[in-house]
Amino acid sequence: MRSSTSRSIVAAALVAALGATLGAQRIQINGAGATFPNPIYSKWFDEYNKAHPNVAINYQSVGSGAGIRQIQAQTVFFGASDGPMTNEQLQQAPGKILHFPTVLGAVVPVYNIPNVTAALKFSGPVLADIFLGKITKWNDPQISKLNAGVNLPATDITVVHRSDGSGTTYIWVDYLSKVAPEFLKKVGVNTAVNWPTGVGGKGNEGVAGLVRQSPGSLGYVELIYALQNKISYGSVQSMAGEFVTASVQTVTAAANEASSKMPADFRVSITNAPGNGVYPISSFTWLLLYENPKDKAQSKAMVDFLKWALTDGQRYCGDLGYAPLPESVVKLEMAALARVKTS
Amino acid sequence: MRSKDLGFRVATGAFALVLVALVCAIGFELARQSMASIQKFGFNFWRTDVWDPVAGQFGALPFIWGTLYSSILALAIATPIALGIAVFIAELCPAALRQPLVFLTELLAAIPSIVYGLWGIFVLVPAIRAFETSIPGALRQLPLFSGPPLGVGMLSAALILAVMVIPFTSSVSREVLKSVPAAQREGAYALGATRFEAIRAALYYARTGIVGAVMLGFGRALGETMAVTMVIGNNPRVSLSLFAPQYTMAAVIANEFTEAADELYLAALVEIGLVLFIITLVVNSLSRLLIWSMTRSAVVLQTPEPTETPAAA
Amino acid sequence: MSRTTRRKILSSAFVAFCAGSVIVALVPLGFILFFVITQGIRALNVAFFVHMPKPVGEPGGGMANAIVGTLMVSGLAALMAVPIGVVSGVYMSEYGGTKFASVIRFAADTLNGVPSIVIGVFAYGVAVLPFKQFSALAGGFALGVMMIPIIARTTEELLLLVPGAMREGALALGATRASAVFSVVLPAALPGIVTGIVLALARIAGETAPLLFTSFNNRFFTTDLRQPIATMTVQVFTYAISPYDDWHRQAWAGALVLVVIVLVCSLLARVATRRLERMHARG
Repeated sequence: MRSSTSRSIVAAALVAALGATLGAQRIQINGAGATFPNPIYSKWFDEYNKAHPNVAINYQSVGSGAGIRQIQAQTVFFGASDGPMTNEQLQQAPGKILHFPTVLGAVVPVYNIPNVTAALKFSGPVLADIFLGKITKWNDPQISKLNAGVNLPATDITVVHRSDGSGTTYIWVDYLSKVAPEFLKKVGVNTAVNWPTGVGGKGNEGVAGLVRQSPGSLGYVELIYALQNKISYGSVQSMAGEFVTASVQTVTAAANEASSKMPADFRVSITNAPGNGVYPISSFTWLLLYENPKDKAQSKAMVDFLKWALTDGQRYCGDLGYAPLPESVVKLEMAALARVKTS
Repeated sequence: MRSKDLGFRVATGAFALVLVALVCAIGFELARQSMASIQKFGFNFWRTDVWDPVAGQFGALPFIWGTLYSSILALAIATPIALGIAVFIAELCPAALRQPLVFLTELLAAIPSIVYGLWGIFVLVPAIRAFETSIPGALRQLPLFSGPPLGVGMLSAALILAVMVIPFTSSVSREVLKSVPAAQREGAYALGATRFEAIRAALYYARTGIVGAVMLGFGRALGETMAVTMVIGNNPRVSLSLFAPQYTMAAVIANEFTEAADELYLAALVEIGLVLFIITLVVNSLSRLLIWSMTRSAVVLQTPEPTETPAAA
Repeated sequence: MSRTTRRKILSSAFVAFCAGSVIVALVPLGFILFFVITQGIRALNVAFFVHMPKPVGEPGGGMANAIVGTLMVSGLAALMAVPIGVVSGVYMSEYGGTKFASVIRFAADTLNGVPSIVIGVFAYGVAVLPFKQFSALAGGFALGVMMIPIIARTTEELLLLVPGAMREGALALGATRASAVFSVVLPAALPGIVTGIVLALARIAGETAPLLFTSFNNRFFTTDLRQPIATMTVQVFTYAISPYDDWHRQAWAGALVLVVIVLVCSLLARVATRRLERMHARG
């Protein structure tokens, strides 16, 4: 019995070693971060893997906060976030991290009110008051004023926010802080904030799930999550005073002003942008890469992928509710990509 | 002692030492990683109820509250049922039913936590929501029932925890009851006790062990993560209401650990883990001590000697 | 009514309460099994076992990588825990009376009671951070730490059940302690120990929390142990909290597979234990 057990142990070790070596022939790149662009990233990585079967990019949508943390700790090769890293966060990283915008997206207010199918109109201050816990019922006069003709019930509003660190949260509170000084003071702008009220869901997926299942709830998610799950979402009042619904056109319009004045590190906020036909809660989303990563093979594969994503990959945007990047921004990024060391 | 035997003892002892080393390593590692938070907040960490990652203000009171509230509530629901099951299987049920019932309780314990959570989200929460909506307005004014009927919240968490705790408490209680010397029960019956009275005497005899079994269940409830995370609502707010979404220590670690974006945040989360470790260590040790002391004294009494007449009826 | 009647009624009520508790506890069990089976069967098809996950929102796809991942991580855990657990159990059964053995026993019970999320945090600090890598190895390590005390205690109990005559006979024939244990006692207890290992495996295969920060997750199929890997439990969690109906169905299917594994292992353990008891009663 003893000799056969030792033989099986050796066999098992061989299989494991074989597995490890087979795994090493293809390039696996691990990334983690924002749930906001997860639909388009997973489409991209899938399509890219079909065209380049030896490159497997494993992206885990765990939230922008986690993405920033993991790239700082170098437990993943690249991060993804919809809130640009702060100067302190950049300083904490062991090397220089570059931001690369990938797509434009919108964060929409989603709600679930039984018997109300109309698209509601919201203004910035009203949304801020709801999330501050000052407006608590759907038939509050401030909401009814904006939505004449809609029969709003006297149900309590259940606020749904993110329980994890989120770039989607960042975009949302960035906007609310710009339109409501009290919100800026009480809550502030970050990927994870101290919410005055509400229930927490994990990821865009979690918030969408909670809103879908809880009558009377109001949350915020990236547009595609509302579209794919057929959850009602409302229009938001822009700086110009119009009530704008999120779409590819209105999000692209939000980026117009910023693209002409794009800073070199691509960190810019486009919420509450001026102009007509502009959706006020729009944002870039960024991939985070080290300028000088240790694994050059992975670096080369990642840079090649990004070049594809910024050009060919952009055609997948429309179907998934994202807006493609403006040409001028893509040109600047291709030039910036040269800074990433691939050898 | 022969040298080969000594070698054997040392070698096997070294392997066994790994267990001790692991426990120490866990405690040490947790303490090390949470140093930054311990130094900054000290004891205030346990009294502050503000959990604000933006401002770098971390207070763990909401999580302690949520953990204790959900676990104690779960215990209150689960203990009578678990004891009832233990008594039924150990004393009352026909022999043919015994094995299948034991098997079924073991199955309840073996179902993975994530499956409980899945069932919780899709079945329990909507049912609780329907229940909460049906509560009359007058009752709703009480702080115990205040808040919008979400379904997710303390009540759902406590119910799921209760179901998960029942098999633990029940099987340990069963073991404890088995070790009550037969003389106890037989003496009671000889004096004309009803079944209830005889069993009550046995339960009284085994009370230390039963308390230990209940505490074991408590320890289990304290550390449960996945099922609770999925149904408790994830809101770090101290609230008396059964309907309010709240947060437990295990759930906040599960949700926020991978994204604590700065050292202090991570240290605060690890400190919560450290406290969870210490609390479960204390609760479990106490419970084992109680169970062990009871079963040991019972074994001592099993040796034939004239037993005192137990106080029956 | 007379005191006797009152006592009798109280007793019957008590018996009814106990019987009722059994039913009350079995109701959620029935509920859960019912839902898992009915919902899970709907999504369980060949594709589930053979296909990879599809991108967000696209229907179809399966959990093939997660199923393999669970097998691999559990296998790693067993590889680590079985030797340490069994030998620790040997020590505790052979030298059980000493103070040192009591300390070991206490440590084993303590480790058993540590919440799995805390073990996950520990494993993150020890097996992930220093290597800057989420990996199947780290996940296996975390689960292995959980398995060791279970196997140690089960081994100890089973070794103690082996009749003393066997050990003493071997020692009387001049065997060393080591060979008495490993050639005589251990083989006698082996079926029970294997049962214990199988049960421990079933338990850790259902764990989610310690894997969240160790093996992480992986959309692709991988056999590289130094990479993150998908596991059924983490995948079910990810799908369950999502808003996509297709993913919800797959979550139920994954839960069904997990419950079937647990059920089969428990049944096997029962049958094996019964046979062991009969063997020992005879011999």
